[in-house]
Amino acid sequence: MSRRALIGFAGGGLAAIGVAAAGGFAAGRERAGQTASGQHAGATTTYPFTGTHQAGIVTPAQDRMYIAAFDLTTTSRDELVALLRTWTAMAARLTQGHPAGPFGPASGPYDAPPDDTGEAADLPPAGLTITFGFGRSLFVGTPAPDGTPGVDRFGLAHRLPGGLVELPHFPKDTLDPARSDGDLVVQACADDPQVAVHAIRNLSRAAFGTAAIRWTQLGYGRTSSTSTAQATPRNLFGFKDGTANLKAEEPAAVEEHVWVPAADATADASDPGTDSAWMTGGSYLVARRIRMVIETWDRTSLREQETLIGRTKGEGAPLSGGTELTEPDLAATGRGDAPLIAATSHVRLAHPSTNNGVRMLRRGYNFTDGNDSLGRLDAGLFFIAYVRDPRTHYIPMQTTLSRDDALMEYLLHTGSGLFAVPPGLPAELLTADGSPRTGPDAPYVGQALFA
Amino acid sequence: MPRSALSAAACAALVLPFAAGCVANTPASTSAAGSGAVTVDSSATACTLSAATAPSGTLTFSVTNSGTDVTEFYVLAADGLRVVAEVENLGPGLTRDLVVQARPGTYVTQCKPGMVGEGIRSDFTVTDSGTTVGPTGDTATQLAEAEESYVSYVKDQVGTLISGTQEFAAAYVAGDDATARDLYAATRLHWERIEPVAESFGDLDPFLDLREADLEAGQAWTGWHLIEKDLWAPAADANGGVAYTPLTQTQREAAAAGLVANTQAVVDAVNAPGFTFEAFQIANGAKALLDEVATGKITGEEEIWSHTDLWDVQANLDGARVAFEVLRDVADAADPELVKTLDARFTDLAALVSAQGSAETGFTSYDALSTDQVKQIAAAVDAVSEPLSRLTATVTSAS
Repeated sequence: MSRRALIGFAGGGLAAIGVAAAGGFAAGRERAGQTASGQHAGATTTYPFTGTHQAGIVTPAQDRMYIAAFDLTTTSRDELVALLRTWTAMAARLTQGHPAGPFGPASGPYDAPPDDTGEAADLPPAGLTITFGFGRSLFVGTPAPDGTPGVDRFGLAHRLPGGLVELPHFPKDTLDPARSDGDLVVQACADDPQVAVHAIRNLSRAAFGTAAIRWTQLGYGRTSSTSTAQATPRNLFGFKDGTANLKAEEPAAVEEHVWVPAADATADASDPGTDSAWMTGGSYLVARRIRMVIETWDRTSLREQETLIGRTKGEGAPLSGGTELTEPDLAATGRGDAPLIAATSHVRLAHPSTNNGVRMLRRGYNFTDGNDSLGRLDAGLFFIAYVRDPRTHYIPMQTTLSRDDALMEYLLHTGSGLFAVPPGLPAELLTADGSPRTGPDAPYVGQALFA
Repeated sequence: MPRSALSAAACAALVLPFAAGCVANTPASTSAAGSGAVTVDSSATACTLSAATAPSGTLTFSVTNSGTDVTEFYVLAADGLRVVAEVENLGPGLTRDLVVQARPGTYVTQCKPGMVGEGIRSDFTVTDSGTTVGPTGDTATQLAEAEESYVSYVKDQVGTLISGTQEFAAAYVAGDDATARDLYAATRLHWERIEPVAESFGDLDPFLDLREADLEAGQAWTGWHLIEKDLWAPAADANGGVAYTPLTQTQREAAAAGLVANTQAVVDAVNAPGFTFEAFQIANGAKALLDEVATGKITGEEEIWSHTDLWDVQANLDGARVAFEVLRDVADAADPELVKTLDARFTDLAALVSAQGSAETGFTSYDALSTDQVKQIAAAVDAVSEPLSRLTATVTSAS
């Protein structure tokens, strides 16, 4: 670097604070006006960042996901709030196709690192959504292996919502603590993996000194459809996944099974001193890293595969007959009065009628993390579900599946997390020109929790 | 004050006070009148500004070179001589922003196509918008003191380094491996504190500090880590599957002599008349030291045979801290929040490292650290490095 570039020493009335290349993010990353209408998502799609609920839940599932869990390295409540404020403003920008910071990747003071890392410049917004959630440890810390209770670092224990329980040990769980839990979670979904990774990278950069990444997972090939406008995708077993998933087009069912109602806060209040009203309109995110034993599965006969799942591999129709969208007839029997849909089949055990009528909104993705030391694919399904209450909508079903589902022979649950996802951001977050407000009065994600 | 120049990461640490700086639009959309954006077209024969006046505060000159030669753009003081801000080396067709904090007054702007001659000048007026601009005070003096103070520190460190290196080399040549092993990390401490300085002398750093993994095919290996491997001879399975061959006495003598000679060359260079450091080099050096920690030390790669990485971490931290301290007053005037953040995070990192020992009593061997401990230190290093990466811009913007 030439010393002549340093004009700051000169003093005087003007002081250079940097020389910057002109131009911000490419114009191509501007909003294309398309919103969450359930229409086919194009590369230029943007979804609104503000709304009653956070985006990235009933939003039509994008093709790619990058999710990251963070541990707070601070014990300062103010620093935690400052991080959430920063993340909120950054996410508001990023999801609308703008750079993470006000200058962008190729502008701003020449002697400072750019405020956006730049790898998403020139790329369209790709329908990016960013969804934030809080882990149980944020409220009550992490208990020691000997059962010693954790530490409430942020004075939040009395705000712990009833649904944010410690998940039980499910049969056959082989969980890796380094792939499980965390104080905060950020789910970034987009139709371009680079856009999703860019978002997490910039958010984690802003978190240095306040929070550190605990685990991340890159997912591809959405394995669920969250809108009737979407075709049912396939998981790595080659089967359609998510046929009976909750869809955005079923508002009453989504209301019943996904969003936390005000009544739940009232119920929590029966526990003296508990105030979980901040979760009203939010949801719970269940994350499970499910490794599939691919090689063994691929050597399994088609008959066996279909029996294990309870659906046909080609069409995805229930073995009781019909087409993909035909409701499974769990009572139907065939030769020797054996059920057409086996007692231990995945479809039967996961069906709402087997689970007190509860449904969940699934948002899972396939993953492939290279291979293990034996040369076998380290691949599977990163299961994500949004539910109104894990105690009724996830734990009973997973207990049944882990214990009885014949498919478990081909599955290993290696990571796990449960997070409380607060409701959406009010429109007042945004100024008239659509850029986020960042002053002390600006709304931020999870604000009601800290009120 | 250069607050609006702070990055998004700045907003992370400093959300409340810097809120206003975080809502700015991308530069492409800040061309509205009154926002302090002035376009400058520098052609072969003309220097056209979109405005001849602007309100005081943050001013952005967006300079486009529409000529065919390299050009420069200057903002000069009213006397037309003193340069207060400039864009240099702007190639044909390029546009670059010059972001300045402008106080009310009269200035002269100047384009210099071809970078020679008197250039094309015109007057420029900054009107008083009521905005307070920049810190006042004796920044130039502070910077001069910082530079002098840092040079003294470097001279002090290399002085200790050379005597320690001579002692270490003598023990090694004499075959007193136990003493050499004892001296190794404690001597390198003085090297690691000032390594970016040594890096500025070209070849000396690789001669002294190259790791085996960084060798090119056929390259001769010299320096500290060659001797390290010989002193902590690895078993075959840690040596690519082949038994380690200890250096011969002749090889030992050559390695030791080279180490001393190259270290002496660093000492000579630092003590040469006119050796100086400018503030931006000090600030960049501080960041470079922590980058060293983040990329090589915290991974245990630097001291792969001796596992004395924590000594290096401590030394890099010391060096970065000193560089920050000598710039503290200047940085504090420009951006007190940045200094506050750096103070807190340096303290956190120091506490984590000192929990594992000290330079006086020795440190935990790297291979005895748990994954969690390594991760904690790594997170603390990131926590310092991110704000530290803004120190150069903050210091060079101080007026």
